[in-house]
Parts: sequence; C-alpha cells; structure tokens
Amino acid sequence: MTEKAGSKAFEDVPKAVSRRNFIKGVITSGVAVSSASYLFRASSLLQGQQSTAGVGERLITLNVNGQQRRVDVMRQETLAWTLRYKLGLTGTKLGCDRAECGSCTVLIDDIPYYSCSVLTHTVRGRKVVTIEGLAAADGTLHPVQQGVIDEQGFQCAFCMPGFIMTTVGYLKTNSNPTRQELAQGISGNLCRCQDYDKILTALMRGAENMRRSNLG
Amino acid sequence: MAVIRDVMPAFELFQPSSVADAQKLLEQHGPDAWVLAGGLDSFDWLKDRIRKPKAVVDLSGIEELRSVRTTGDGIEIGAMTTLTEVVNHPIIKQKYGLLAQAAELVASPQIRNQGTLGGNVSQDTRCWYYRGGWPCYRAGGNICYADTPEGRNREHAILHADRCVAVNPSDSAPALIALDARFVLRTPKGERVVDAEDYFIGPEIDITRLHILQPGDLLTAIRIPSTWAGAQFYFEKIRDRNVWDFPLMNVASAMVTSGDSIERIRIAVNGAAARPLRLKAVEDAVRGKPRNTATGEMAGKLAVQGAVPLQFNAYKIPLMRNLVKRAISGVEEATWAS
Repeated sequence: MTEKAGSKAFEDVPKAVSRRNFIKGVITSGVAVSSASYLFRASSLLQGQQSTAGVGERLITLNVNGQQRRVDVMRQETLAWTLRYKLGLTGTKLGCDRAECGSCTVLIDDIPYYSCSVLTHTVRGRKVVTIEGLAAADGTLHPVQQGVIDEQGFQCAFCMPGFIMTTVGYLKTNSNPTRQELAQGISGNLCRCQDYDKILTALMRGAENMRRSNLG
Repeated sequence: MAVIRDVMPAFELFQPSSVADAQKLLEQHGPDAWVLAGGLDSFDWLKDRIRKPKAVVDLSGIEELRSVRTTGDGIEIGAMTTLTEVVNHPIIKQKYGLLAQAAELVASPQIRNQGTLGGNVSQDTRCWYYRGGWPCYRAGGNICYADTPEGRNREHAILHADRCVAVNPSDSAPALIALDARFVLRTPKGERVVDAEDYFIGPEIDITRLHILQPGDLLTAIRIPSTWAGAQFYFEKIRDRNVWDFPLMNVASAMVTSGDSIERIRIAVNGAAARPLRLKAVEDAVRGKPRNTATGEMAGKLAVQGAVPLQFNAYKIPLMRNLVKRAISGVEEATWAS
C-alpha cells in the first residue's frame, strides 16, 4: 500500500476538530493542569510550522499507556515531542534530542527506544508505554519504581524515567540479571550527576521486587 | 553540535509496505527523496538542517525486509533486521558469530533495538566538519577542513585518503567482508548482487558517498554463504567510551586452521579509510604460515604499509598493526604477567 492509498483513511476524518480545540479538549478532560504551559508553548511554536505549504498534521490514533489517544501529528514529529507537548506526558524527558543520553526512553511493544529519534507516525498500531503508564490503576507503583524509592537511587532524577523504562524493558528479556548484566542493559542511559552506583543498586532492587511480585 | 530544540523542518512522509512501492516512490521523487531505515543517522542530518529532503521514504513497514532466512547455502538477512535481532538470532550466533559480536558492539542497547543492519553498513561518515555542514570536498566543496595542520583529525583516515580524509564508521561492515557476504541491491534496472567489499567505495571513485547506492537504489538483503560458518572468528573494536562511540578502529577476521598452520583466512579493518578495507595482501602472506606471534607481527607490519598519518592520528598506525596481529595470532599470550 502506498502512502497515497494510506492517506485516504485520514482524509475521511472530519477537519472540524482543530488542533487547538483538540488540545483544549485533552486538557479539560483530565490531563494534569501543570502540563498546560508545555502544551501551549508547543502549540504556539507549531503555528509557524503549519504555514508550510502542503504539510499539515494528521489525526491519528496512538496506543499510549493502554489508552487509545487521538492526536494531530506532523509527519516530521518525533514521539518524544508528541508525548510531551501534545499528550501532556511530560514524564518522558528530552535531554539531548540526539539519541545520545537515554532520557527519552520509552517502551514500544515492550522494547526500549529513544523516543526523540522515532517518528510518531511509525508507531501507529504499536503499544507505547511511558513512565506514566507503569503504576497500577490503584496507584501502586511498579516494582522497579518502588526499588528506586526504597534505595533513593537518584540525585536530581532528570534521567530517572529513562533509566526506569530501559530497566523495565531489559528485565523482560532477562528477569534475573547480575549487576554486570544490568549495567550493560542500561548502558544506553546517561546520568549527569554521575550517580551510577546508587542507580544500579536501586534498579537491582527493582528487579528483585519484580521477581518477588511475580512469585507472589 | 548545536542542539535545536524544536521539530525538524517539514517533509512529506511515505510509509510503503512493499519494496516495489518504495522503489516507485524513490523513482518519483528522485534526488528529493531520503531513505529512512532505523533513522539514527538520518535524524542527525535532518535535525541539524544540513540535509533537507522533501520526501522521506520510511522502510519500517516493509515486512519482507525484516527477517533472517536460511537459504540453500547460508543465510539471508533482510536489510531492515535490527542489530538486536542480529545479535540474538540463534543461527547467526552459532555459525556466524563474528557478525553477532560486531553488531553487539554498536552504539547502545536502544540504538541496537532500532538501528538496522542495512543502515549500519550504509550510514554516512561521522567527520564532524562534514556533519556540521562545512562545505568540504565530500559536501561538494573544494577543501578538506580535517586535513590541515590544526584540523581535528584524531578519528580520520591513515590509508587511501584522496582529498577527503573521512572514515567509514560501521562495525558490521568488516565482519560482513570477513564472512564473504553478498549485498543484494534493488535498482531501477533490476536486482544486483555485489560482494561486501565492493559495496563500499573510497573518495577516488565518488567523494560524496561511502557506498555504491545511487538515488533510487535500495539495499534489500545481505547474504552470508556457509563458507566460513563455524570458523575461528576474531572481532575487536577500539573506541573512547564503551557505549555509543563509533570505532576509532576495528578488526574482523575469519580463519580456518589445520594443525598449526593457517589454511584459509579473510580479514578486514574499518576506521582506517573511507571504506572498510579487506587486507588481501595480509591474507595471501599468512596463508600456510603457522598461527603464531611471528606471523601476527609480520601481518601487522604488512597491513600498515603505505599508511600516512595526519597531525593527530599517528596512533592509528601502531593500533592497526596490533589489531591485525591480534586478529591473526590471538590474544592468549597477552594475559598479564605479574
């Protein structure tokens, strides 16, 4: 199927839903108010982009943290951008925006990716999980998150969501890693506080919590 | 590198689901088209506004490009197979471990989850003058900024430089050359199969590209024959940090010995020139020789013949000499004696 054929499906979507109204809708429908400033900042930047002839946004459906989210996405937009500035999921951090730091790591179909370097349009039909999607519905933290709290693993913690998402993804391939193996597994994440030893201890505790919760 | 914190400039995005459709799109858009595989090389160009393609053709939806198949003689790896898939594939691990070793040393876990084998061998050079948008020879200009007395050229070429001194940054390329792989290309004129070493070209052939792909061509698969299955392999990559970094230099060899002597061998290095170099003279010189330190040393000396250092990369000559030596005689003897 070529793009031309594929785009038909999106042309059928009523244009009545403007991006701004859509974003307002998202905000009023329960996204944390604190993220509103991010959303509007992004929205004003994007106004400039929209004037580019022939390139608009397209309304697509993304599966994020188990929810179907409708969102207008530009062709050239990265997943990190969509998550943070369109969906209000600011737990995903943008550090370098160049696939060199790991702060933006999210899971796509259970595999860790740098979301700064993935085009949002390429994850249609795939399952995206961000740090916001780890805790249970009743607020119980994910065992890896709990491990980080138990060990106070981070200093400033800007890099923490990325480290946790990478760890959760890695543990799906190796649930009982040695310290050395887990260090390899999370080697694609940087911490500017240089707190690696404590981070590793915390994430090892998280792995242990996870094995325990799976047993129980 | 300046980091621009907004979205990339606009482009039209095409997501074909078959190679035929992708080819049609490339044909339609000609030089305005950009082929997107994993994207780790592409997005740097696009985010930095150095390249501004109008049409991006994303290959990630093409299933036929993403698999490892066993063939009559060996295996065929789809170009869009990720490096993580290459590393974890049981047959590659068991029979062609050299490629698995090389792929596992690429960049970081997340990049290996996304980066593809086809992209790894087709990525552009990392010379920062060129990547930074300086109008150098490779960018169509008339000067090399790296090859000047003050140029930052610690990472650059020691062999076969011709105006441009950039190097090829791929780790999987020398492993594929050592395994005698064939690259399968889909061109507007039909399918074309080339030897791994002939996929790569130096500046003397085309100073603007590292490989033979022309606009409209696609690398669709890489075939590894069973010739070297289960041979003795050696791969070593030297880099500044153990994660992310491209090789300062790497070496890959496949060897079959009988008794003490080297019966068959293929060896390649990357990071020394604009293309990964198969060291044919070394192969010829060591064939039939005993596999020992003396042979390794002879091979290392032979490998660096003709090397010309730049201001800051003379270290690459002993580095290459030693890597070739280790690839041939092994590193057993290098254990620390206290």
